[in-house]
Amino acid sequence: MELHGIGASPLRKEDWPLLRGEGTFIADFKRPGMVHALVVRSPFAHARFTRIDGSAALQAPGVIDLVTAADLPDRGRPIPTRMFKDEAANRFLQKPLADGEVRYSGEPVAVLIAESRYLAEDAAELLNIDYEPLEVVLDPDAGTVAGHLVVERGDVEAAFAQADEVIKEEFFIQRHAATPLETRGLVAEFDASSKSLTVWGAAKIPHVNRRILAQLLGWDESRIRLVELHVGGGFGARGEFYPEDFLIPFAAMRVGRPVAWVEDREESLRAMNHSREQVHRVELALQRDGTFLGLKDTFVNDTGAYVRTHGMTVPGLSISMLPGPYAWPAYRGEYRSILTNKTPCGTYRSPGRFEVNFVRERLIDIAANRLGLDKVEIRRRNLIRDFPHDTGTLFDEHPVVYDSGDYPLLLDKALKTFDYEGLKRWRAKSAHRGLGIALFVEKAGPAEREYARIELASSGHATVFTGTASLGQGVETILAQVCATHLGLPFDRIRVVHGDTAAIPEGMGSFGSRAAMMGGAAVMGAAAKLRRQVLESAAEQLEAAPDDLVLAPDGVSVRGAPSRSVPLPALSVEDRFVCELLGFPYGIHLAAVEVDPATGAVRVHRYAVAYDIGRCINPMIVRGQVAGGFAQGLGGALLEEFAFDANGQPLAASFMDYLLPTSEDVPDLELLITEDAPSPLNPLGVKGAGEGGTAAVGGAIANAVADALGVEVTRLPLSPQRVMELARA
Amino acid sequence: MRKISVEINGRLVKGEVEPRLLLGDFIRDNAGLTGTHFGCEHGVCGACTVQLDGEPVRSCLMFAVQANGRRIATVEGMAPSATELHPLQQAFHEAHALQCGFCTPGILMTMEAFLRAEPDPSPERIRAALAGNLCRCTGYQNIVTAVRLAADRMR
Repeated sequence: MELHGIGASPLRKEDWPLLRGEGTFIADFKRPGMVHALVVRSPFAHARFTRIDGSAALQAPGVIDLVTAADLPDRGRPIPTRMFKDEAANRFLQKPLADGEVRYSGEPVAVLIAESRYLAEDAAELLNIDYEPLEVVLDPDAGTVAGHLVVERGDVEAAFAQADEVIKEEFFIQRHAATPLETRGLVAEFDASSKSLTVWGAAKIPHVNRRILAQLLGWDESRIRLVELHVGGGFGARGEFYPEDFLIPFAAMRVGRPVAWVEDREESLRAMNHSREQVHRVELALQRDGTFLGLKDTFVNDTGAYVRTHGMTVPGLSISMLPGPYAWPAYRGEYRSILTNKTPCGTYRSPGRFEVNFVRERLIDIAANRLGLDKVEIRRRNLIRDFPHDTGTLFDEHPVVYDSGDYPLLLDKALKTFDYEGLKRWRAKSAHRGLGIALFVEKAGPAEREYARIELASSGHATVFTGTASLGQGVETILAQVCATHLGLPFDRIRVVHGDTAAIPEGMGSFGSRAAMMGGAAVMGAAAKLRRQVLESAAEQLEAAPDDLVLAPDGVSVRGAPSRSVPLPALSVEDRFVCELLGFPYGIHLAAVEVDPATGAVRVHRYAVAYDIGRCINPMIVRGQVAGGFAQGLGGALLEEFAFDANGQPLAASFMDYLLPTSEDVPDLELLITEDAPSPLNPLGVKGAGEGGTAAVGGAIANAVADALGVEVTRLPLSPQRVMELARA
Repeated sequence: MRKISVEINGRLVKGEVEPRLLLGDFIRDNAGLTGTHFGCEHGVCGACTVQLDGEPVRSCLMFAVQANGRRIATVEGMAPSATELHPLQQAFHEAHALQCGFCTPGILMTMEAFLRAEPDPSPERIRAALAGNLCRCTGYQNIVTAVRLAADRMR
């Protein structure tokens, strides 16, 4: 039996049931006597209403109950932010149901509970709500400000005053979103005898959501259990606390039967967190030789109709990560996060960074074009060279200090590995070919602590309990590998349990590339502690030094004398890993594209990513993460857009209009993973690898298209229509 | 209500259903085979793909009554036993062609029929055949690798 420890690529523990159709996703999960909820949503982007007439709906076949705001405690308590809190934004939190006014198309106004989803949909047709449409606000520049922040360090005015050249530009990143292939869903059951609730369908942050649900109900957390089943992708949006996360448990208590809710795609595209929509007005001051002197950015972040659980996360990450991998003598950033009559927003893979990497890397290319400088050299000249590097900005309340890196080394390796000189020759051979390069710094591992417990059985099996969650990324596999290395039992002997608040006392979940760094370090700590205890106890029994012992599934024996052995004890050990600072992986995206000016089509000839992640636990999974992240980034660069008409009606509420990339859109990714700069912040040295594939696709593709057409690209996505317009310009 | 009987994975499943009941709901709820997933319910994502008389169809775009008297295959019928995988499933496992696994059953049903029709496809042909199935996790390249690997082993 092979160890399959850190650095190996064992086949995933997760795969078997998923391949056989034996997984349990939320829509597959049933409870005896279960009924179905339908969330009735506003058809208007902004309207007043005074009355919900449910009399006909309640008479319809199979209908059990109708819940409106008037039925909720305090008519619905606001859902709190969990990160990047901003006192001023608390006025704009979303309540579970609209109460007299709806502010986006898709806002929940009532919940119908019926014997089946079919019957609930029939009954919804009979609801009568006296909507009176109001004026809508869609322009980010015209919206109410929910959050405002200025970050300034260095003498910005002096930097701009001494500049040879100032490049000033406006950039727009379109609204798009995570869009996991499984829509959201929940099953909730209330047990009247113990007055306790169980909610299945949790994801990402089960323990955090248990706390929020307890807070909204005014309960003690111990009466609530959240359970994660199979999860069909997350990417930031799934698993946050949404109105339904209160409404479905509440409905289960009201009707006294288990209540299931699974949203359909049209609902999901209107109701789940959107992301990314920003307008940047940015200025770069530099010397004639390309040395950067200062960066100034004022941007608007469209957060939609309400402030959801992420608070100021997206603008906050944007403002702190805009400087990227370059040394800036002076930087000033300012954001306004504003409200519009659109779906509320949250995070999407590489939140804030996808946006600002596009802005910064595009701006640098414009500067290089203006000054006649080489696009690689202008970047190399300005790279940060000393670590740790304090950017002077904050992530939530934690200082953004780049922990380790060798940026010029990775740049050299990337250019060589991907044959940049060869790409330049390819480009020169034909018109309408372009190359784009984009450099980026990612971040990993927020939420300062993580929990792990390992239970060893005398049979030689170990069970790891982790506070992280699985969204399909392979967390069971990589945590078992960490345990295998540090406990010394083979991978196949290790099982990983996650996502059940009854089995795991605490946990911060999986987001922001934190599971490997925080969860992995906690598992390493517990495994090392457990190994030490097992060896020390065996050493006493065997009268040998711990260093002379061999730990194996069938027991602990003395090296060279296998007959002197004792069986493994049944033992449980827990550990917590605490780290206040973030890890900062970094990388380079290279795009080679061919543009057809007649059709506006962008064909990606080659795409390559070089990414230093500190230390790689499972190369197969890391490659899969980067390739999948790249496909999502390519969707954001070329295809995906939530557009709205003048009345705030979504124009992309189906997969006919919201275009996810297909197998014919996404080329094979070329990938270089390096481990040149392990993180000093955790004993594994890992930095997290989930988001670097997405981070700079907008920047690299836009730079390549601009290079191909000889025009300056300032807006995403580069849809065929926009590319045709650019080609004509 | 209509009485129907459908052969699913070699087993005859009978039911009395509303004409509007989706084939996918019949498979999931009446036959209890929840490996077939709904990802969009409007025929774009392909997660609900099953085989009708050997040909891939979207079970969200058909009514159960339309399958009356016909033969359906779903992902649950692929593996030869509880301890073995179909060569295509095995190739997906080895090539890391799935992450969350939600789209996987539909992709397996599409690709199994494709390999029967084209046992020796080029990567370009695989990509073309795969283009009706959305995957949000993998970026597709490992799926293309897995299908090619399975083709090599199945020929």
